[in-house]
Amino acid sequence: MPLYLNDDQQMLHDSAAEFMKGEAPVAHLREFRDKQCKDGFSHALWKQFAEMGFTGIMIGEDEGGLGLGHIEAGVVLEEIGRNLTPSPFLTTAVAGVEALNAGGKALRDKYFPGILAGETVLGLAIDEGAKHRPDQIGMAATREGNGFKLDGKKQFVVQGGSADMLIVAARTSGAAGDDKGLTLFAVDANAAGVSRDSARLVDSAMAAHVQFDGVTVDADAVIGEVDDGDTVLRRLLNAGRAGAAAETLGVGAGSMDITVDYIKGRSQFGELIGSFQALQHRISHLYSEMEIARAAVLKAQQMLDEGSSKADLMVSVAKAKAGKATSLSVKEGVQMHGGVGMTDEYDIGLYMKRDRALQEFMGDVNYHTNLVAEMHGY
Amino acid sequence: MSDLETFRAETAAWLEANCPPEMREPMTGEEDAVWGGRNATFKPGQKEWLDIMAAKGWTVPDWPKEYGGGGLSRAEAKILGQEMARLKCRSPLSSFGIWMLGPALLHFGTEAQKKHFLPPIARGEIRWCQGYSEPGSGSDLASLQTSAVDKGDHFLINGQKIWTSYADKADWIFCLTRTDKNEKHKGISFMLFDMTSEGVSTKPIVLISGQSAFCETFFDDVKVPKEYGEGVSSVVYEVNKGWDVAKYLLGHERSMISGGGSEGATSLGAKFADQVGRDEMGRLDDPMLRAQMAEMDIEVLAFRAMAERFGDTFKAGLCHPAQPNMMKYAGTEINKRRHELIMSAGGSEVLEWESDATNGGMTARSWLRTKANSIEGGTSEVMLNVISKQILRLPGA
Ligand SMILES: Cc1cc2nc3c(=O)[nH]c(=O)nc-3n(C[C@H](O)[C@H](O)[C@H](O)COP(=O)(O)OP(=O)(O)OC[C@H]3O[C@@H](n4cnc5c(N)ncnc54)[C@H](O)[C@@H]3O)c2cc1C
Ligand SMILES: Cc1cc2nc3c(=O)[nH]c(=O)nc-3n(C[C@H](O)[C@H](O)[C@H](O)COP(=O)(O)OP(=O)(O)OC[C@H]3O[C@@H](n4cnc5c(N)ncnc54)[C@H](O)[C@@H]3O)c2cc1C
Repeated sequence: MPLYLNDDQQMLHDSAAEFMKGEAPVAHLREFRDKQCKDGFSHALWKQFAEMGFTGIMIGEDEGGLGLGHIEAGVVLEEIGRNLTPSPFLTTAVAGVEALNAGGKALRDKYFPGILAGETVLGLAIDEGAKHRPDQIGMAATREGNGFKLDGKKQFVVQGGSADMLIVAARTSGAAGDDKGLTLFAVDANAAGVSRDSARLVDSAMAAHVQFDGVTVDADAVIGEVDDGDTVLRRLLNAGRAGAAAETLGVGAGSMDITVDYIKGRSQFGELIGSFQALQHRISHLYSEMEIARAAVLKAQQMLDEGSSKADLMVSVAKAKAGKATSLSVKEGVQMHGGVGMTDEYDIGLYMKRDRALQEFMGDVNYHTNLVAEMHGY
Repeated sequence: MSDLETFRAETAAWLEANCPPEMREPMTGEEDAVWGGRNATFKPGQKEWLDIMAAKGWTVPDWPKEYGGGGLSRAEAKILGQEMARLKCRSPLSSFGIWMLGPALLHFGTEAQKKHFLPPIARGEIRWCQGYSEPGSGSDLASLQTSAVDKGDHFLINGQKIWTSYADKADWIFCLTRTDKNEKHKGISFMLFDMTSEGVSTKPIVLISGQSAFCETFFDDVKVPKEYGEGVSSVVYEVNKGWDVAKYLLGHERSMISGGGSEGATSLGAKFADQVGRDEMGRLDDPMLRAQMAEMDIEVLAFRAMAERFGDTFKAGLCHPAQPNMMKYAGTEINKRRHELIMSAGGSEVLEWESDATNGGMTARSWLRTKANSIEGGTSEVMLNVISKQILRLPGA
């Protein structure tokens, strides 16, 4: 497969670009932020996502979706990133759906219709500390009756406060650090014993600290196999990481574009500042980093879609490289805007804040760099 | 099986059966590259491998068959490359003719020029060098002064070139000359002539690596015939339109030099961990070096994806024409950093300049040689200028 979008993917790209720019540009994020909206995203917009077919991208055709893959999800995510569009798309329609795809039919029948309709929101309850450490999951799920009892705490559950269902990774055996013994559960977010404490993040998104106190679920809630949650978790993480890389790429590309525009129009010393070689070289370097990141992200998505055995490696490469390029983009963006780059009125700062949150989501540059070393055996 | 899968299987089987074992060992130095030419010398296996690949047209798999190529589609050529890499087959031929002149002739040459010049390039019979730079014209290449004066049936050439890689070993030169003094860009011609012509002389330049693959090249009343046969003009394209050819060729040169960025498909850490040492957890026991190597693995893998994407979009006509400048910039900067890390991994042991243990200081010499990557074929600063102007459309400069 060639490493660029085919005609169908390009069409999806064009409609996603038009939709995001028309319905949910940066002004939309500002509106929700300024209203202090409790969910941090628009439910009406989420319904429109469904009408566009976006929410069904990763759902099979026989189940009412489009039966497409990671590349197509990435096409939408890049536009989400470029417009800083707040939505539960990544957690619900990409990572969440990918996990459910690895589970049983009953769970899919239960949740897919709501996702397809833009009514259901999923939260990913994976991390327990400030940094992404899925290998350190310690939360306990003990057998009880025909089901399990969940006790423990999760944090950084993006859109956890408004989620209808939480995908929870917990230990059914072993201890934190063990390879095996994880199980994934689909837990009703309103179940007895679940308490959610949402906080607004630097990028105006909402994320919840979630406490599980003796939450009982029956065996039907298990996604995949008991004690073998690692398989499902890997699919969820790969989808989430590749997706986050695509969204990050969009943030970096959007921030670069507005910066290029800005320096083409701002004059100092009687010249357009974009004519100063000191700025030209830095932004051309940035352009080159963004192009490399773009190729890495597309390659990772392609390998996931092909089911390649080296997909894990390329997903880490993509998340790290997109993270590096985009953080350069937002830093140079604020600097090249000069004083106005520090003001709330200009958009560039919003890009910087979104990048910071995405960096932490599912592993930052250092985390994935370390994984690459491990996968290479050193 | 699809046609491409069949092609892959057959190619793999053919390579397995025909590639000599010596040509499947990693290269140990620059002398392991095969450059061909009239005065070529070969190590065991090299000539055999070159001839058998040339017979299939696989030294230039995607050139048309009538010019000595393999006539493969882009997809097939990609598969051939992948299978050669997988089986660790060395490249049968290193050649400026293949990387630079060939594409320019395919694009700008007459049918007679293509028939005359391309097949010997494909077979590795003629070794070419590039006469672009002059002492006063480096980054500002179009300011070049070497003159070619029309004398009826021939041109008379006078002037000096510099940095001519392998000029002392090359058979022929593709050379930029000034045919109109009153025009800067529109007074340049792209000419082909024999390095054994009377009046051509070369003098080696020793580099910081201690090697001297580079020369000053002098032209003293060199007579270059206008034609080497019916329709085989010594000037490519038209007189005074050589700058178009030169730029096109530079695009290919830059893509080629950028290849260094995807060199070393093998992870640096995987290669050097045992040599540097491992801690009790099996990790490379210098945490900062380990981190830098893992960062480099990411850079290289991401760059390889970009090179693949560039190849695909280039063939499909979907990439910006200045994209090779970006590739050149990024690839050469990565390659330089990669070699810094290789020196770090080697520690004091790779510092020995003239010992057998280091194969004559090979690691150190390679490290120093890479410093030219961001200079030769146009400097990094010049690449960034081109990106700013032609891709990002920034004002001025
Ligand atoms: C938080 C804050 C507090 C401030 N407090 C004060 C204050 O108390 N009093 C006061 O008077 N001012 C104050 N300033 C203003 C500050 O001094 C200016 O923002 C600063 O001088 C830059 O000018 P500018 O914002 O117009 O950016 P510009 O001059 O428009 O610069 C935009 C970008 O172009 C670059 N650039 C400009 N010219 C060149 C060149 N020739 N070559 C290369 N690059 C160039 C700049 O480095 C920058 O990256 C403050 C600014 C901030 C952000
Ligand atoms: C190993 C090696 C092999 C080579 N092989 C060949 C060959 O086979 N054939 C051939 O013809 N040539 C060859 N070259 C020459 C090469 O193309 C030139 O060295 C190169 O184009 C730079 O020119 P220069 O050395 O004159 O540097 P200069 O042009 O003098 O540049 C000096 C410095 O100034 C910077 N600079 C110049 N102009 C600008 C600008 N506008 N903006 C910002 N910075 C600028 C440069 O980036 C550089 O850092 C080779 C060079 C090397 C080192």
